[in-house]
Amino acid sequence: MTRELTCIGCPMGCRISAEIQDGKIIKIEGNSCNVGKKYAEEELSCPKRMVTALVQVQGAREPLCVKTREPIEKRLIFDCLRELEKVSVVRPVHIGQIVLKNVCGTGVDVVATREYD
Amino acid sequence: MKQIDLLIIGGGPAGLAAAAAAYESGCRDMLILEREETLGGILKQCIHNGFGLHTFKEELTGPEYAQRYIDKILEYGIPYQTGAMVIEITPEKTVTCVSREKGLEQFSARAIILAMGCRERPRGSLGTPGWRCAGVYTAGTAQKFVNLQGLMPGKRVVILGSGDIGLIMARRMTFSGAEVLGCVELMPYSAGLKRNIVQCLDDFDIPLYLSHTVIDIEGKERLSGVTIAKVDGDLKPIPGTEIHFDCDTLLLSVGLIPENELSEMAGVKLSPATSGAIVDDRLMTSVEGIFSCGNVLHVHDLVDFVSQESARAGENAAAYLEGRLDICAQRIPVVAGSGVNALVPQYISQSANCPTTIMFRPRAVRKNAVVRVCVGDEELLRKKYRVLAPGEMVTMTLPADFMQRQAAQAQGAEVLVEVLE
Repeated sequence: MTRELTCIGCPMGCRISAEIQDGKIIKIEGNSCNVGKKYAEEELSCPKRMVTALVQVQGAREPLCVKTREPIEKRLIFDCLRELEKVSVVRPVHIGQIVLKNVCGTGVDVVATREYD
Repeated sequence: MKQIDLLIIGGGPAGLAAAAAAYESGCRDMLILEREETLGGILKQCIHNGFGLHTFKEELTGPEYAQRYIDKILEYGIPYQTGAMVIEITPEKTVTCVSREKGLEQFSARAIILAMGCRERPRGSLGTPGWRCAGVYTAGTAQKFVNLQGLMPGKRVVILGSGDIGLIMARRMTFSGAEVLGCVELMPYSAGLKRNIVQCLDDFDIPLYLSHTVIDIEGKERLSGVTIAKVDGDLKPIPGTEIHFDCDTLLLSVGLIPENELSEMAGVKLSPATSGAIVDDRLMTSVEGIFSCGNVLHVHDLVDFVSQESARAGENAAAYLEGRLDICAQRIPVVAGSGVNALVPQYISQSANCPTTIMFRPRAVRKNAVVRVCVGDEELLRKKYRVLAPGEMVTMTLPADFMQRQAAQAQGAEVLVEVLE
């Protein structure tokens, strides 16, 4: 199987194609440097993303913005968002305050990213 | 009329960084005037991460980045007024401001920093045909609805333009339960940052239609669909290439325009290339004592660069107030050569004796290009780039001593910036 990727290591944006066999990368082509190789390896083995989202605040229409403290596995993004839909926080909230612990069993906490009085 | 040393117009990232730096450089009599109810500017609604990698060496969200600077303002005790809109600035630096709290107020300032930011290009400036129905928003307006007010503008979305705000909103709308059908870009390349293409479109299999544009907007009350078509080399739609989308929302991410109405009232000369003020290396405009920085000066890619630039404006304004800025020095022009657009600054003072930053946007995508900066016949800098694109601003730093060189002191000297193939 061949996977096509765009490297985000620099503005070059190399189109990288990686050949995968039995879950292992056997060939990486199209990258101009090592940054691209590393990016492709990470991206193909276990891609991770920071998730930023909004949660409800009790008694207010304006939502509270939050983020995962660390990147979580990309495949869990929508599970994470669904868990956060159920969250409703009580004011006041401070930057860095935990709104949801261990989201989707990742070990990563979701924290507030603004001051909300 | 109140006398004040320094007025800062705008409490977004530029105004906050300028105020903090002016304070650190010794200025004590100053005031920030902000139109909205809270400080922070556009960062308040940019809840995604990716801010501050250069400044703080960590990835922050917009509100977190803004808070770092707001905390500084509070720590220093720098006064600010929110809900205060400046309606006039005169060349004599008389500033008229209105607010619910204090009504009409006038200030006589010794120095002013313009930090009003920019606004989005609206539909009216595009000449897109079709109905004037509800459901067509600029991407930033939709961002404000979703992120600050908890409202959803629509369920099936097409995005015109591949600017960063449009890309970020493609992901946000997807996260919030909408279906994003595609992102349509007139040019053969994206206007946004690569990482946003990957993390906002590719991650969610949202197609990017390069060299395409919207040719029809349908719907009487509410948007019901748009038609897009491929464009030729002259950017004209090609018949037979139409694709139709049923959708209720069209987001526009088609460029930003520095908001310079107040600057013009003050007699500040503007550059047609940047739509911002013409400034020298100290970020002083054509009006003595009026400085400009951030997105009101020229549209930046990253807030980190806005903060850096604005801090320089703050330092220089403080130096000006103390009479430490040599304003009588000759200024030599900085000229945009081939392949160079939106160059800032447009002048460099001959008394400059610190490293000078020049910023510009390449006119087109170029691979293996060289950027050269010359003064007269002398080459000051030459830098190789594997790729240059209009979507990524280029920054060149000239050595501190270059103004003392003979070529720079010569009659009629100018600094030439050009992209060589």
